[in-house]
Amino acid sequence: MSRLQVVSGKGGTGKTTVAAALALALATEGKRTLLVEVEGRQGIAQLFETEALPYEERKIAVAPGGGEVFALAIDPELALLDYLQMFYKLGGAGRALKKLGAIDFATTIAPGLRDVLLTGKACEAVRRKDKSGRFVYDYVVMDAPPTGRITRFLNVNDEVAGLAKIGPIHNQAQAVMRVLKSAETAVHLVTLLEEMPVQETADGIAELRAARLPVGRVIVNMVRPEVLDAAELELVRSTPRTAVARSLSAAGLGGARRGGHAERLVDPLLRQAEEYAERYALEHEQRAVLGELGLPLHELPLLAEGMDLAGLYELATELRKQGMS
Amino acid sequence: MSPEPALAQEGAREGTRHRLSPARVLDLDPLLDDPKTRIVVCCGSGGVGKTTTAAALGLRAAERGRKVVVLTIDPARRLAQSMGIDSLDNVPRRVKGIEDAAGGELHAMMLDMKRTFDEIVEAHADPERAAAILGNPFYQSLSAGFAGTQEYMAMEKLGQLRARDEWDLIVVDTPPSRSALDFLDAPKRLGSFLDGRLIRLLTAPAKLGGRAGMKFLNVGMSMMTGTLGKLLGGQLLKDVQTFVAAMDTTFGGFRTRADATYKLLQAPGTAFLVVAAPERDALREAAYFVERLAAERMPLAGLVLNRVHGSGAAQLSAERALAAAENLDERRIVDQDGGKAGLRNSPDTYGSSDHAEPSAPASTSGPGSPATEAATERADDTAADTAADDTAAADAAADDAAADTADGTRATDHPDRADGGVDELTAGLLRLHAERMQLLSRERRTRDRFTALHPEVAVAEVAALPGDVHDLAGLRDIGNRLAANRPELPESSEGPAGAGA
Repeated sequence: MSRLQVVSGKGGTGKTTVAAALALALATEGKRTLLVEVEGRQGIAQLFETEALPYEERKIAVAPGGGEVFALAIDPELALLDYLQMFYKLGGAGRALKKLGAIDFATTIAPGLRDVLLTGKACEAVRRKDKSGRFVYDYVVMDAPPTGRITRFLNVNDEVAGLAKIGPIHNQAQAVMRVLKSAETAVHLVTLLEEMPVQETADGIAELRAARLPVGRVIVNMVRPEVLDAAELELVRSTPRTAVARSLSAAGLGGARRGGHAERLVDPLLRQAEEYAERYALEHEQRAVLGELGLPLHELPLLAEGMDLAGLYELATELRKQGMS
Repeated sequence: MSPEPALAQEGAREGTRHRLSPARVLDLDPLLDDPKTRIVVCCGSGGVGKTTTAAALGLRAAERGRKVVVLTIDPARRLAQSMGIDSLDNVPRRVKGIEDAAGGELHAMMLDMKRTFDEIVEAHADPERAAAILGNPFYQSLSAGFAGTQEYMAMEKLGQLRARDEWDLIVVDTPPSRSALDFLDAPKRLGSFLDGRLIRLLTAPAKLGGRAGMKFLNVGMSMMTGTLGKLLGGQLLKDVQTFVAAMDTTFGGFRTRADATYKLLQAPGTAFLVVAAPERDALREAAYFVERLAAERMPLAGLVLNRVHGSGAAQLSAERALAAAENLDERRIVDQDGGKAGLRNSPDTYGSSDHAEPSAPASTSGPGSPATEAATERADDTAADTAADDTAAADAAADDAAADTADGTRATDHPDRADGGVDELTAGLLRLHAERMQLLSRERRTRDRFTALHPEVAVAEVAALPGDVHDLAGLRDIGNRLAANRPELPESSEGPAGAGA
């Protein structure tokens, strides 16, 4: 099992939720995971219903069985100052650089430096050991940028190593790349059973593979329950309206005669069934497309009550059941 | 930017539609038709249908007679194909196949940020210097899409399109940024960097060196370059300095340009549409957007709420639908276990049992279940319906008889199976409806939370489609839905469902 689990996905597919659920799922008996946020959205804090996370690793959840989940929202600016201090004892120079706008330059404009800092910090957490030589975190789960940017984000160190041909940044970039391109890392993609996210997932996987980044699994999120199966959908087409009206009436929903309460429900209900049938067919197509990717597939249910902390634990349990941890 | 017509029309509707909610309906047609509207910016978090919304609005405005250009940033392949802009050439192309009876035109383009950046360099530098910049490794990385470049180039392109003044209306999609507002911030950031102190320090050692009064700065300067050199490696620092020097002389007015674009966005001819889906995260981002736009004094037209689910049977709550589905399940079990004998009964008995049945499930469902409410309504209903139901039953019996003649085995051998199948199907329809109603009430809660926070924001709701949009007909359909002024979600105050309140 890779120790750095990177979770990406198209916007709106719920990758932060899946990353958080995965961090919980991996924190089994006594294990410790770090959930890392890199986009400054404070999505993790919202999900765990806590106040905004500072640039500091802090415990945010206890998993069933006693494992612990820590969280860290990486602030590139602080990460850079941290880094200057740690490696060059440049704390003072850091402040001067900040005054000049150099820090702002480095973290927002300079090609890729921001991404180098973010991936660098995550890799540092992966490699960190305590005094007894044990890894501080058993797993690091990263809530990464969306599919459209993930390859560039992870591969940025390669590019930076090329730009800065020598020097500490070059070395740092290469060290990060060694972690990211090894079996220590797995990049998972979250998708929905819809055409655009599935297409983007397929494209993303091709890009990751071309960059020789290790692709992990595909997680289909927000899967709606199958309410009617193919045989029943066939019945929808062949059953007379009057029969449905009578059945509704028998169920206690009013009169079956034309204009009766039950009768008036028939058309809207059949219309909903038609929409369902259309989506059902589309979902089957998309499942087939995903099947052809040749990666392990996981499915997480749509939570009818919306996403909350209880739901997060539910999804974590589901991921464990499906052997993702 | 047509609050007056929007309000007036809504007032007129209010009377007929009995809507009690204060949520304003966003009326898009007056906005698109108003010749004073020159730019529409669609913004919002990723995955909410921004690009599709921008394309649909562009098409609608064009078909209503305006000359429109749609600037998309990163369209899905099939959407781009539907508009014939699936190749990147960074210039607007006329979209064929629109209804042009009203005299409008639709042009569309997909942003190529590297090309846009290159074009700026080529336009502002002499050939030799341009070649030096274009060949600089630092420039090549910067222009290929690092933080802010795409946002800056989108705004740059918008400025260019507006300056050409060839179109009545420009509809812009915004980049899928890490933070939805990067496209507002990035140009400023890049502009202030290029005009800023750091640049001067990186490029100025020669200039500064000559002035005695600046000596102390020069010390700081060499410490600076020393630090940077240590950090970046000498080669990269040299690349950066070469790049910056070249940019500095060619892009003197970078900040001026960024400021001009920013002012363009604040101008009265611009309308921002915040696009969202009825999901917590998307609407949270939308609320943040609304606040930021207000703080920046950017003109907000309203919120487009995509992928909203409605129901034609919203009067039937999820709870009642599930209770009714259970009733049918029980009926089927009864049929299968002990009902065999009854099924052989004469048509008379069948008819009377049909009437007896509706009351039976109510007694079997537990106390406190929603069935109580259902039962009350049913009692009225049944009383009023009895006569008609008899006729219906008779009709149905006739239907059955007809079916029997056609398919002689059905009534005599398996009447139960036919009926059980229908009940099973109906139970499925009811469960499907319950699922829809749960989704709907969740979406409504999410929307209401937003409208409570921002009652001033007009909202256009667009019904969810089962599939994606692939052609102009699909975009036209979305345009119709956008302009329909019909909220898909029922107001909290109406309907007996009361879900989620």
